Amino acid sequence: MELRGVDKYFGDLAAVEQMDLAFEEGEFFTLVGPSGSGKTTLIRMLAGMESPTHGDILLRGERINERPANQRPTCMVFQSLALFPHMTVGGNVEYPLKCKKVPVAERRERAAQCLELAHLPVSYYDRPVTTCSGGERQRVALARALAFDPEILFFDEPLSAIDYRLRKTLEKEIKDIQRETGKTFVYITHSLEEAMVMSDRIGVMREGRLAQIGTPHEIYTEPVDRFVSEFMGEVNSIPVKRSDDGQLRNDELGLTVTPPGPLNESFESGTLIVRPENMRLLKDDETDTVNELTGEIFNEYLLGSRIQFQLRSENHTFLVECMRESGRPGAGESVRFGWTPAESMLFPE
Amino acid sequence: MNESVIVTQPENSPRRFKLSAGALCAAPLLVLLVFGFFGPMAMVALYSVQPRGSFSPFGTPTLENYVDIIEQSFYISFGWSTFLALLTTAILLLVCYPLALAIKRYSGSKADLLTLLVVAPLFVAENIRLQGWVLFLDKGGFLDGSLTYLFDFGSGSLVNTVPAIVFGMVYVYLPFMLFPVLLGLANVPADVTDAALDLGANRWRRFCDIELPLAMPGILIGSLLCFVISLGAFSESKFLGKGVIVTIAQDIESAFTFGQNWPRGSALSVLVIIIAGTAVFLALRRIDLDRMLGRQ
Repeated sequence: MELRGVDKYFGDLAAVEQMDLAFEEGEFFTLVGPSGSGKTTLIRMLAGMESPTHGDILLRGERINERPANQRPTCMVFQSLALFPHMTVGGNVEYPLKCKKVPVAERRERAAQCLELAHLPVSYYDRPVTTCSGGERQRVALARALAFDPEILFFDEPLSAIDYRLRKTLEKEIKDIQRETGKTFVYITHSLEEAMVMSDRIGVMREGRLAQIGTPHEIYTEPVDRFVSEFMGEVNSIPVKRSDDGQLRNDELGLTVTPPGPLNESFESGTLIVRPENMRLLKDDETDTVNELTGEIFNEYLLGSRIQFQLRSENHTFLVECMRESGRPGAGESVRFGWTPAESMLFPE
Repeated sequence: MNESVIVTQPENSPRRFKLSAGALCAAPLLVLLVFGFFGPMAMVALYSVQPRGSFSPFGTPTLENYVDIIEQSFYISFGWSTFLALLTTAILLLVCYPLALAIKRYSGSKADLLTLLVVAPLFVAENIRLQGWVLFLDKGGFLDGSLTYLFDFGSGSLVNTVPAIVFGMVYVYLPFMLFPVLLGLANVPADVTDAALDLGANRWRRFCDIELPLAMPGILIGSLLCFVISLGAFSESKFLGKGVIVTIAQDIESAFTFGQNWPRGSALSVLVIIIAGTAVFLALRRIDLDRMLGRQ
């Protein structure tokens, strides 16, 4: 399935602009982006619930812009799950089969298979869907989509209303089902974590455009711009300017920065990004770190095996993450911290 | 701070009776129901078994009024009223469902405008509106006159007919169907209908399997309201029908006033109440069932 130059306008508002995107068969593709970045609109166009203002949607080379949702081999798991509240679990799961006029006996059998695939006991078959818990409903929605037997399955942030632990479990299960069935899954989320765990490829969306497409590793290590890098987790961003002598400086911090690589000729000013895990607290005898700052600790967060310090230097706040160890500095102490140039990223303005 | 404001009540203070907040809130309605509903209802029931023409509720009970109703062809007006009520309800369903869908689909100011247009006629008294229609539809009225003037071909008198009565009833009771149906449709999330389509349902399927069952409580309540009030309809047949048929409400009125036969009027009323009550019972049982199966 492929999008070519697709635009979608709601009135004057562009929800999706100039979108070129192709999914490969059998991949797990995740679209991430902040709310309002056009993810849902994009997926609704793919599923056939909206039609693009310009551009084409192709399925194996065939233009399917005008083909309605009920004639596309795609299926969507909605954010609201959109279960049929007046039906039982079985009624919900069998619905797509009923629409395809599958005989009753076969329907029941297939529904049972789908329930099993979604890790729901078959005894749930006769339960009204309204008596199911949040996680169970999630599985019903998944089973229903699987019963449709689509070539591509879309997920519109279905896990956003689920508590953390269950979400983790379901993320893994969805990933497993994708592996087992070999279907193409296109997943929408605003959570980087979710995207990282599940995807083969990630597309980062910003204001209706794709900022970057790549494997989770690529997106994490080589973000194309500041937006992507900041979206991919908490970062330290330091505004920097090129001074007259050709060096990178932040005057407020009194900091001269060694950039990660040679500076581009046209570079004037920009943002230096350093991930918290690439920052470290310096020991007293450590003096060879090129980029170094002094700050006061005013908060610390325990992250399991790691610990994150929140430091203040002048008016800037920095996050430094390091392994948990004894004899660590406490709040209020002044510490030196720094990073090696290669572990920072520089984005021009 | 003035500490005397805080009054603590000793726990074992003698209280003769306690009423919960709920019971207290329901009390005014309860009083109203007892004196305004159950009381008159009991009186009507009592009068309906009194001898013909009696004005005392305490005579020897008899069923002669009910026998009269059957023997003196009152069932004809019953038939008309029930038929008109059913027909009106059916037409209202056909008119209001698409209208409600449209209002639901238009968001914001367009929906408000549509709603306003529907509600606006309610600000004018029903009888005045019906008289307006008489002036519009009658021979030499606005419609007939305009047509004759413009095309030399008039519509003649459209009043004094059963269709005119049905038209009047549909017109007057439209809001009573529209708003419950609108509420019913509000119970149909757009996502759910989208999902049905996405799962391969065609429009008809989606309508039958998803939209209709989910909107059913609203549809039932609307139909019930319309059926019950059109069963007691009175002005429409009086103004637009001008006696072409007699509805049961007119029979009851004339029994009480012109005929001075309270027991007969009461017996007729009891029968109307039974018909309406049966309809309410059937519909409400259906709605409760729906709740148990669908929502919690």
